[in-house]
Amino acid sequence: MQIGDTSAPKPILYVDGVTVTFDGFRALNDLSLVIAPGEMRAIIGPNGAGKTTMMDVITGKTRPDVGTVAFNGDVDLTKLDEAAIAQLGIGRKFQKPTVFESHTVRDNLQLALAGLRKPFTVLFAKETAKERQRIDELLELTKLTESHGRLAGDLSHGQKQWLEIGMLLAQEPALLLVDEPVAGMTDAETAETAELLVEINKTRSVVVVEHDMTFVKALGVKVTVLHEGSVLAEGPLDQVQANERVIEVYLGR
Amino acid sequence: MIMKRLFGSDAMALWFLACLLVVTVLVGVLNLATPADSALHVPTYLVALLGKYLCYAILALSIDLVWGYVGILSLGHGAFFALGGYAMGMYLMRQIGPRGVYGDPVLPDFMVFLNWKELPWYWLGFDNFLFAMVMVALVPGILAFVFGYLAFRSRVTGVYLSIITQAMTYALLLAFFRNDMGFGGNNGLTDFKDLLGFNLQTDGMRVALFAASALALALCYLLCLWITRSRFGKVLIAVRDAESRTRFMGYRVEGYKLAAFTLSAVMAGVAGALYVPQVGIINPGEFAPQNSIEAVVWVAVGGRGTLVGAAVGAIVVNFGKTVFTGVLPELWLFALGGLFVFVTLLMPKGIVGTVPQLLDMMRSRKAQNAGETAKPEAPRPAAE
Amino acid sequence: MVISTLSRLRRLCLIAMAILTLAGAGAIGQARAQDVQDTLKLFSGSYDDIQKGIEALAVSGQPTAIEILQALTDNRLLAGADGSLVYKDAAGALHDAATGTVVAAEPAGAKPVRANNRIRRAVEAALGQLTLVSPDPAKRLEAALSVFKSKDQTALPLIETALARETDAKVKTALERAKAALVLYGPGEEPAKLAAVEVIAAQGDQDALAMLAATPSPSPALAAAIKDASDAIEGRLALWSGVQSFYYGISLGSVLLLAAIGLAITFGVMGVINMAHGEMVMIGAYTTFVVQDIIRNSAPWLFDYSLAIALPLAFLVSGAVGILIERVIIRFLYGRPLETLLATFGLSLVLQQAVRSLFGPTNREVGNPAWMSGAFDLGGLTLTYNRMWIIVFSIVVLFVLMVVLRRTAFGLQMRAVTQNRRMAGSMGIRTNWVDMLTFGLGSGIAGIAGVALSQIDNVSPNLGQGYIIDSFMVVVFGGVGNLWGTLVGAMTLGITNKLLEPVAGAVLGKIFVLVALVLFIQRKPRGLFPQKGRAVER
Repeated sequence: MQIGDTSAPKPILYVDGVTVTFDGFRALNDLSLVIAPGEMRAIIGPNGAGKTTMMDVITGKTRPDVGTVAFNGDVDLTKLDEAAIAQLGIGRKFQKPTVFESHTVRDNLQLALAGLRKPFTVLFAKETAKERQRIDELLELTKLTESHGRLAGDLSHGQKQWLEIGMLLAQEPALLLVDEPVAGMTDAETAETAELLVEINKTRSVVVVEHDMTFVKALGVKVTVLHEGSVLAEGPLDQVQANERVIEVYLGR
Repeated sequence: MIMKRLFGSDAMALWFLACLLVVTVLVGVLNLATPADSALHVPTYLVALLGKYLCYAILALSIDLVWGYVGILSLGHGAFFALGGYAMGMYLMRQIGPRGVYGDPVLPDFMVFLNWKELPWYWLGFDNFLFAMVMVALVPGILAFVFGYLAFRSRVTGVYLSIITQAMTYALLLAFFRNDMGFGGNNGLTDFKDLLGFNLQTDGMRVALFAASALALALCYLLCLWITRSRFGKVLIAVRDAESRTRFMGYRVEGYKLAAFTLSAVMAGVAGALYVPQVGIINPGEFAPQNSIEAVVWVAVGGRGTLVGAAVGAIVVNFGKTVFTGVLPELWLFALGGLFVFVTLLMPKGIVGTVPQLLDMMRSRKAQNAGETAKPEAPRPAAE
Repeated sequence: MVISTLSRLRRLCLIAMAILTLAGAGAIGQARAQDVQDTLKLFSGSYDDIQKGIEALAVSGQPTAIEILQALTDNRLLAGADGSLVYKDAAGALHDAATGTVVAAEPAGAKPVRANNRIRRAVEAALGQLTLVSPDPAKRLEAALSVFKSKDQTALPLIETALARETDAKVKTALERAKAALVLYGPGEEPAKLAAVEVIAAQGDQDALAMLAATPSPSPALAAAIKDASDAIEGRLALWSGVQSFYYGISLGSVLLLAAIGLAITFGVMGVINMAHGEMVMIGAYTTFVVQDIIRNSAPWLFDYSLAIALPLAFLVSGAVGILIERVIIRFLYGRPLETLLATFGLSLVLQQAVRSLFGPTNREVGNPAWMSGAFDLGGLTLTYNRMWIIVFSIVVLFVLMVVLRRTAFGLQMRAVTQNRRMAGSMGIRTNWVDMLTFGLGSGIAGIAGVALSQIDNVSPNLGQGYIIDSFMVVVFGGVGNLWGTLVGAMTLGITNKLLEPVAGAVLGKIFVLVALVLFIQRKPRGLFPQKGRAVER
């Protein structure tokens, strides 16, 4: 694709010909995908289309049988583990909000802050003024300043989603993978989340997997449709929605 | 200053250490400074018994560090305890010298009995106290490191990990029963005479060992407290609550687990080393899987993930065991088994987690005032 | 009375026949009347004399020879001061040794003829020779073997005689071997000895090996032949002992399979760690004990059916206990496997103690019905019936369980619940009931395993403990939620264990297996046959 074109900027994420099988079932089938730096991409597709498996492959949880996954043009992600990939600057938000329930909101953010990751340095780490300031900023951004001392387990569902996004931002990722961020949210929360993601996209590349079409519409970005482990269609939302194959397998019924 | 930072607002830690200090001094003084017929006299057997409880408390503490804070349920910690005990036992055997039944200046009695001509290589150096003490920490530590490295690297977690730790201690149990292993087989190591030249049977030595156990417990407790309150400890809790989240955040979870597991094994080894001179014997029975599971229950009874709870649980359960097996031996297994079920079903937070809650409830009812509970809760163990 | 007279008559006929055949062969024609008295006199002398007497008697054709020799081994042979000899028969009547006629009183100064081990060996050899021509093939076989062992050269003519008229193939082979042994150990020529080596080598067992190894002063050619033959025998023996170990391995594997198969349901399918699983097995074994106890006391003729009666009962008792446990404890702990582990371990202590209080701490006697006891030979193998039936039984249980899981409505519901509880619930399946019954099924199967294990293991309160770690290993090794995996896991563990045993010893072998398993789980954390895909990745 564009990879041969030297004038184009290096893609932040380059996925080519990736296949993953589980006991003969092809979860991903020759999947190819390119995300440009600073781009936000929405990925849609029916259940079992391979969205979560794709995320697993990018973040190092699942190794592809064949195929290339490259970050920033030249870093081969298929050789690295989750921790190394996270440290490179790829953040992942789970479908179900996952925060450290028995830590306070502030501790959750502190642990997420980019920087110290080695056991020994962490053992002797003290919170710096800079860290404190960054945590306060993130609390502000995610509207959790009031709740900073509460245990994360006591937050509401929507608050947990936001805290998790805040934790991802604390990691300072260059690329953010977000799995169904608005599942289970109210309409108002959904709209606010869309705004938050657009805001985040100003400084980072974002890949959003989502079922909610109004939310995807609100994002207003290029859409990739996955079906049976490979790309069915790609383009602006209205163009994709008009695609006959897409209507057949996904939208129409 | 340092103390204040260490304990933060938690009064429990101070209370615990204060109680430990008072009991230690009191028991020591009442044993050594009062005549045997005095009503206040603490008999020597009681000193040894309390010393044994303290060693169990250290073992429980080490289990709490990995189970309560990292979520690793080890059913093989008894193995580390026993290995530390064997290292100490080997030193004590070498100390017997020519006073054994067969009078061999170097070889322990059981080796003479087996017709061995010279000391096996792995017994060399154990006549040196410092070397033996290094081994007390090193042997369990290395075993835990190798075992943990393999297990955590391949992400064996949860029940699977529990089952293979149990298999580990079972394999060691079988191995140590063998005579040709060179650790005394079935009978283990016993008939110890003295430690660092002091006779083990004297009251003074008993009290000294008891005090050493109390000191070790206090130090292990402070170490655990410091670790769990550090950012490192926060990562441990993070691993317990959401392992994959921690991983996707860039923490290499294996390293944290391995560090905690190894340290915990070393603590268990130290506990075993203090235990052996006080009970006077170490045999393969200490490797029995049931011992390890029992130790986990002490932690559950006292309150998982609270540190103090582990020590309290170990002491309470073992006190109960001493009383029961003395009065109604056939009921002890009913009581112990019932305790397992009761605690897991009805008291998941253990004594330390539940008692303050009850007190709060009673207090607020008394005051007819449903005010908010001011006290921050101890970190809750998350559902698996 | 009539019967005993008849048997006496038959015995006399036998002896008469033996004399006739021996006399006909002309082997002992001259040793007769006047010698008899001299021979019998020897029994009053020293051990050396007695031995000479025995040897002479063996070839004398004396009609009372067998009686005399048997009386000697049983201390029923009395020698008078005058050298006369009498023996007491089993009924206590005295007979004259020379004639066999009944006598009224012991001779003056009668003392029992003493026998030491040397004498006993001599008697055995002599009896062996005398019974070579017995009409009972079993006796002849025994006699041939006895000669083979004693290598008594004086028996050679007898053996040849017996060989000439032998019709039974089995006895004939034994006689040939005995003859070969005599030739090999006798003063014969090299070609005859070489042929003898071949005959002995064909026997191919430990006895043959020992016989060849102890050959007196072999010539170089003979030594070479012996070496070749010994190597061949050793190779054959090693092969058979390998096969035997393999069979023991399958046997152990089937025991492990029985113990683990219920666990494959409760742990493998439901994900519940039931540390009291071993106690479910124990309860099954005690159910067998109770059933047999009742049968012994009130209906002994039913004993051979006791296992068939115990089987359904054990299933029901263990299953009921399992359901009780599930309702009272485990259902509150779903999704918390580590807590379940602790609670059920506590439960196992309670159950053990309860059984100890009810039945006592010692082993209880559970008998093998006739069809479960004994053994038979197959090639170089000895197979016991109880082990063999347990292998068959474990396979049957496995397949019945597979059918239940795959072909019945309950199996379908069970799989539905374990795969997606919420979905199953919303489709109208009573997930609560399915949980309860599934756990009951797993426990009931453990009870059945207990019936089988009661046949080969001690029935004590600790019965279950011995199997729990191994059973978990089997399930973990085979892969969770896969009955084929359980089968392969159990067999692999059993066979590896038994193949290692002759090499490393039982304990060390077991340790190797445990260590190998721990390493294996670290390589393949989900076992041999893992379930793959998203569902298990949580």
